[in-house]
Amino acid sequence: MRTEGGAVYAVGDRVRIKDLGKPGHVRTPLYVREKTGVIDSYVGQFENPEERAYGRVGREHIPLYRVRLKQRDLWPDYAGPERDTLVLEIYDHWLERAAPPETQT
Amino acid sequence: MTHDHDHDHDHDHDHDHDHHHDHGHPHAHPHPTREDDDLELTYGEAKFIALRAMLIEKGVVTADEVRRRLEINDRAGPHQGARMVARAWLDPDYKARMLGDGKKAAIELGIQVTEAEVMAIENTPDVHNLVVCTLCSCYPRSLLGEPPAWYVSKAYRSRAVREPRKVLREFGLEFPANVEVRVHDSNADLRYMILPLRPAGTEGMTEEELAALVSRDCLVGAALPGPMPG
Repeated sequence: MRTEGGAVYAVGDRVRIKDLGKPGHVRTPLYVREKTGVIDSYVGQFENPEERAYGRVGREHIPLYRVRLKQRDLWPDYAGPERDTLVLEIYDHWLERAAPPETQT
Repeated sequence: MTHDHDHDHDHDHDHDHDHHHDHGHPHAHPHPTREDDDLELTYGEAKFIALRAMLIEKGVVTADEVRRRLEINDRAGPHQGARMVARAWLDPDYKARMLGDGKKAAIELGIQVTEAEVMAIENTPDVHNLVVCTLCSCYPRSLLGEPPAWYVSKAYRSRAVREPRKVLREFGLEFPANVEVRVHDSNADLRYMILPLRPAGTEGMTEEELAALVSRDCLVGAALPGPMPG
């Protein structure tokens, strides 16, 4: 169940998705690790599925964001238009603040 | 987990009879009957039956609770999501509530929602949305029923994020370059449904008529609403 509050990043903030190399029931797919996007929205706080999956329930709730990435940043050879994007849910501990882009688009 | 099998499996499974010729007929004429499909338990069915028996024996659940939950599962289906879409097309206030909290909006229409969170995503003239779950097969089953085979296939799960326009073309959808294709990977705690654009020429249609235009695939972004064939 979701709890409110707890947002660290604001909508539009640039973030980089880390590669924590963590085994087990992690919800950060390989294809977005070490990629940079922006905060699309804040979802709220949830129990960490990386703990819950192993029966460790009732622990602290952690912030969950929807992060939006440009397809061309995900796949350098992406064949579609520059405007195409992908959004997915990333937990706070997989995120770090990213520098502004070198060239504004 | 899917439990879309017939759950009436509590009979004794002695398999020493011949499954295919035990009709009690001395002659062999062609029967238009359907082959029984419950003669052999699958691994999943056997596991479900064993687990249910243990949970009932230990008093964790009752047989009636399990039955009720299976009934809820069977009431689910894309007609539920379609009802929400039709209501949203007719009622801007409902649409706003639905985009704010998809679960509450479903409950408002009397739908039993078993998911913790449902997010409705709106297609616009500028953005077409497509849903995928790359890590498994997350799907808002209360509102859409069981996912189609293609949705849980590895091909769709890997290609929808890698070459979404090519995948959409295979579904018969082509968008110009000035429309953003936005893929939503259902990778964590939310379950997604798409609110499609209302088709032109549907002014004056009733809520029921509108709902009939919204197929299952529209609700994940793999199709656009329109008259069903046939």
